[in-house]
Amino acid sequence: MASETESEGLAFHPMDQFIVRPLFGGETVHWYTPTNATLWMALTILAVVLFFVTGTRGRAIVPSRIQSIAELGYGFVHKMVEDVAGKDALKFFPYIFTLFCFIVFSNFLGLLPRAFTTTSHIAVTAVMAVAVFLTVTIVGFVKNGAAFLGLFWVSSAPLALRPVLALIEVISYFVRPVSHSIRLAGNMMAGHAVIKVFAAFAPLVLISGIGVVVTPLSIIAITAMYGLEILVAFIQAYVFTILTCVYLKDALHPHH
Amino acid sequence: MANSTEPAAEAVTGAATEAAGHVAEAAGHVAEKAGMPQLDFATFPNQIFWLVVALVMIYLVLSRVALPRIGGILADRQGTITNDLAAAEDLKASALAAEKAYEQALVDARAEAQKIIAEARAVIQAEVDEATAHADAEIAARAAESERRIGEIRASAVDSVREVARDTAAALVAALGGSVDAKAIATAVTARLKG
Repeated sequence: MASETESEGLAFHPMDQFIVRPLFGGETVHWYTPTNATLWMALTILAVVLFFVTGTRGRAIVPSRIQSIAELGYGFVHKMVEDVAGKDALKFFPYIFTLFCFIVFSNFLGLLPRAFTTTSHIAVTAVMAVAVFLTVTIVGFVKNGAAFLGLFWVSSAPLALRPVLALIEVISYFVRPVSHSIRLAGNMMAGHAVIKVFAAFAPLVLISGIGVVVTPLSIIAITAMYGLEILVAFIQAYVFTILTCVYLKDALHPHH
Repeated sequence: MANSTEPAAEAVTGAATEAAGHVAEAAGHVAEKAGMPQLDFATFPNQIFWLVVALVMIYLVLSRVALPRIGGILADRQGTITNDLAAAEDLKASALAAEKAYEQALVDARAEAQKIIAEARAVIQAEVDEATAHADAEIAARAAESERRIGEIRASAVDSVREVARDTAAALVAALGGSVDAKAIATAVTARLKG
């Protein structure tokens, strides 16, 4: 009896939060079906509009709070692009800022209770990473022609080592979109899943005596993980953006 | 830059992977059928489609409205700060000029005052001198007049004395029984008065 209640009470479904479901009933997810992913992407767009359009409507010389945040975000990414990839990379600033905004708002919206975190899905992050990879590769060849291949030819290494290094460089170049996308999705998924596991332990006090110890511990752990996740939400957006800038720098200045 | 971010990113990823491992283990034990919704390829077209829609919309909103506006605000602010600093510099310069002008005006006023005082003193001195001269002349005139009157009075007094003496002498002569010779008496009195 006791074990039956326990298995009913403690439900471990840490991955259920990531399931993509149709928003208005039904079972099958067609490519056009509005899903919970659609809803949270729409909320991300809404947040972007709220911060960067509504918030800056005053165009105040002395900014309001929201306008300050918008300006801070603009300055942060603008400076990052300029410092990492150079002044000539600034024409890509709107693209990079779009990625940054989408990721940072998705990450933070995903931290709301019962939210769906779009950036925890490899499909989403992979599309962005591949887009960056393709853009960087195309820009590299358009800007530098065949000289872009010099990126793989480490001219500062001894001649005998260069072919080996070139092979490694080529492999690492093609691994970039994989690490780029899995890093973000993995971080978001892992943190949310861990919180969910601890959350599943939290109601133990209702079931068994050991819960007197476990419940407070799991609540403390959820709080701590949540704090960490707030940090991770921003850091991962930052990492994704700065890596995009680094790759862009390689495309614009392959010999640097 | 890349080298400094990569290890941090790797560290976070490492921790995340470890955590994910635990989660997967827990999930595996308790809910065998759950699996990873991330690897449900049936939902991929849907997610990719809506992601592209979202990214395009965010891109349009940002590049058409938000970024030019924020860039404009930042440029405006920079311009305002520069203008205000220049204006402050101008105001400081004009304040210095005003102070200098004030000092100059003070010096001028002081000099003018000195000049006016000197002029007034000269005018007063002249008036005093004139009045003194006038008074002196008056005094001299009055003194001369008085002198003349005293002279007249004295002269008339001498005449009166001579008359009285003559009359007295004539009366004495008559009383003594002599004949009164006016001419002789006058000569005698004059001789006596001279004596």
